[in-house]
Amino acid sequence: MLTVAYALLFYLATAVLVGGLAFRIWEYATTPAPLKIPTTPAPRTRGGVVLRLGREVVLFESLFKANKWTWLFGWIFHAALLVVLLRHLRYFTRPVWELVVLIQPFGVYAGFAMVVGLLGLWGRRFVVPRVRYISAPSDHLMLALLLGIAASGLLMKFFAHTDIVAVKSFFLGLIYFDWQPLPADPVLLVHLGLVAALMIVFPYSKLLHAPGLFFSPTRNQVDNPRERRHLANWARGFEVGRP
Amino acid sequence: MDQVKEPDRSEGELPDPLEIPELAPGCMAASKPYVAAPEFQTALGFPGELVEDWQDKAIDKMAELRGKYRSFRVFLDSCIKCGACTDKCHYFLGTGDPKNMPVARQDLLRQVYRRHFTLAGKYLPWLVGAKDLDEQVLDDWYSYFHQCSECRRCSVYCPIGIDTAEITLAAREIMDSVGKGQKYSNEIIGKVNTIGNNLGLPPKALRATLADLEEEVMEDTGVPVRFPVDEKGADILLVTPSADFFAEPHIAGLIGYAKVFHQVGARWTMSSYASEAANFGLFIGSYENMRKIALRIRQAALDLGVKRLVFGECGHAWRVAYSFLNTLAGPFDFLDQRYPIPQHICEYTYDLIERGALKFDKSKNDHIRLTFHDSCNVARGASMGNKPGGQFEIPRAILRATCNHFYDMAPDTIKESTFCCGGGGGLLTDDLIELRKKGAQPRMRALQQVAAEHGVTHMAAICAICKTQFSKVLPMYGFDMEAIVGVHQMVSNAIILDGSSQESGGNEG
Repeated sequence: MLTVAYALLFYLATAVLVGGLAFRIWEYATTPAPLKIPTTPAPRTRGGVVLRLGREVVLFESLFKANKWTWLFGWIFHAALLVVLLRHLRYFTRPVWELVVLIQPFGVYAGFAMVVGLLGLWGRRFVVPRVRYISAPSDHLMLALLLGIAASGLLMKFFAHTDIVAVKSFFLGLIYFDWQPLPADPVLLVHLGLVAALMIVFPYSKLLHAPGLFFSPTRNQVDNPRERRHLANWARGFEVGRP
Repeated sequence: MDQVKEPDRSEGELPDPLEIPELAPGCMAASKPYVAAPEFQTALGFPGELVEDWQDKAIDKMAELRGKYRSFRVFLDSCIKCGACTDKCHYFLGTGDPKNMPVARQDLLRQVYRRHFTLAGKYLPWLVGAKDLDEQVLDDWYSYFHQCSECRRCSVYCPIGIDTAEITLAAREIMDSVGKGQKYSNEIIGKVNTIGNNLGLPPKALRATLADLEEEVMEDTGVPVRFPVDEKGADILLVTPSADFFAEPHIAGLIGYAKVFHQVGARWTMSSYASEAANFGLFIGSYENMRKIALRIRQAALDLGVKRLVFGECGHAWRVAYSFLNTLAGPFDFLDQRYPIPQHICEYTYDLIERGALKFDKSKNDHIRLTFHDSCNVARGASMGNKPGGQFEIPRAILRATCNHFYDMAPDTIKESTFCCGGGGGLLTDDLIELRKKGAQPRMRALQQVAAEHGVTHMAAICAICKTQFSKVLPMYGFDMEAIVGVHQMVSNAIILDGSSQESGGNEG
């Protein structure tokens, strides 16, 4: 019963995450950016844009210019999340990939770093009046959700161990449509439930900042408007009959 | 403890330009510009006054913009409320009103967008701060989207690259589309469409003004520097903000351009049909209006048969020219492709300096200790030359070539981090003077610092709006109103014209 519920939940969550994100990306990709609006320092070449976006994604360059504390907590959280996600690939792959094996020892530190980053970001929402002012309930809830995921994960690692081999067969079973029982440990169920919730809200929330950055015209445009016209389809109609 | 030390008085007594104020909710709610009269609205294709079903119409417009502008959609979806932008807006720094924090300004529109275009906003509005569009919200829009000068400073710092200017543009376009336009911008656009420039200066008056100017320069220098209008067959069409024709200190800049053209024997002209570089269509977010104004320049270039297009000193005009003109009114395949199209007057002069074609007597500017205010639209919405950052280096290179004493202001207040003068984006109107004064505060503080440190007496800018705004607000901060100068004013002061009676000592002739 439990296994069936969680199996269906994860199929649903995956479908919503993948389908929803694909839909958003399609929406962003097909909506024209009718004018060149790259922000300074705007690269003059495609390669320059790739580098710029790379620095934004990897180093959070603009955020670093803006606010060192937010940058520190934000960067720690995202970097740690990446390591944790990579480490979790071991529950979905057989044999486990080389890279994932390599990362394994850092996974636990990353788990704690994630919590530190999240607490720092959440703390700002209370301590800094400007950030408190702009925080809606959903902003708090999102941090609570992520913190819940991190905390329940760490709890399983150190206190409420679960049968990790069984968990892995459950997920491999989902992938190969050969369902295996999921251990009925409460912490595990909370952890997985929160993860599924995160996957489901992703395409409907501010988590869209992840694909959003790549479609942000101020960051992804080449600064060459004098050399090339940049006419949107909807603006082509205006071209007829003008001087 | 009584031992607490006073801050270091040598520098510390001057307030920090970036000092973050206490939040003062609602303190600027009453600041709003005059609403456009029906005749000016309808002339631009907008309803004369607030239409009956304005809520529905506004939502329809929002849906339309969502389909036409990726920036609008991505920026409204992607904000994570990290707060990086919250202390970046000069109007927030100057007023403390939290709705002048860029993210909070966006949220005024985002709350309605979420209510109508997102799942969470439709079913759980309280959770995501979604709101219906009611009169209170429209009121807030009108106030606070006219407290953004579209300067894009916030967008430099946003980790996602969200540009509040894009949201302000959209909000103003939505308000125009339901009949609530701003008097200042919309009246001016009307004047450009009917007369050819923001001032409403008709061709005859323009010619008379320029003839007077020729005489004046002749008297001053003994050199017959010309100010030609509508001369067919000229090589260069100069398009400059109409403030250059009569306002101080703008006119001194126009004299500077003319002297440069004269000295190198360029055949140039201005146009009475396109006697305006400014394009307020940008300020109201209207692609159509912006395009219409841009096309006047194309028409003038065609009619006069010129080969090159050069723009005078004007911030947002240069943004429209550099970033949009080719798209809006191109292709300019009938112009000489060896030169940038369009070219900034600073690029033009800089090239000549580089080639050694101009000579300066820098001592003519020795009474001036100078700094440079990077105009926001040039700094963050355009460029110059063929390298990124040319818009910072080229004007400074000209200033250094013409003046012995140049000092930059604090690094986090110039170049990409520069502040708006406080009057940009359609806010340069007397009904917003309080806002303009407060918005100028960060720049004025940075100027006070560099004045204390290096004895700076003057500040140069390459924007008609900056020049007008600073002439007005400088005295409010203890400076002389003439402390603002144009880059080509400095050129004009120092340039050595062949055959000038003014030529400085040494080998004459």
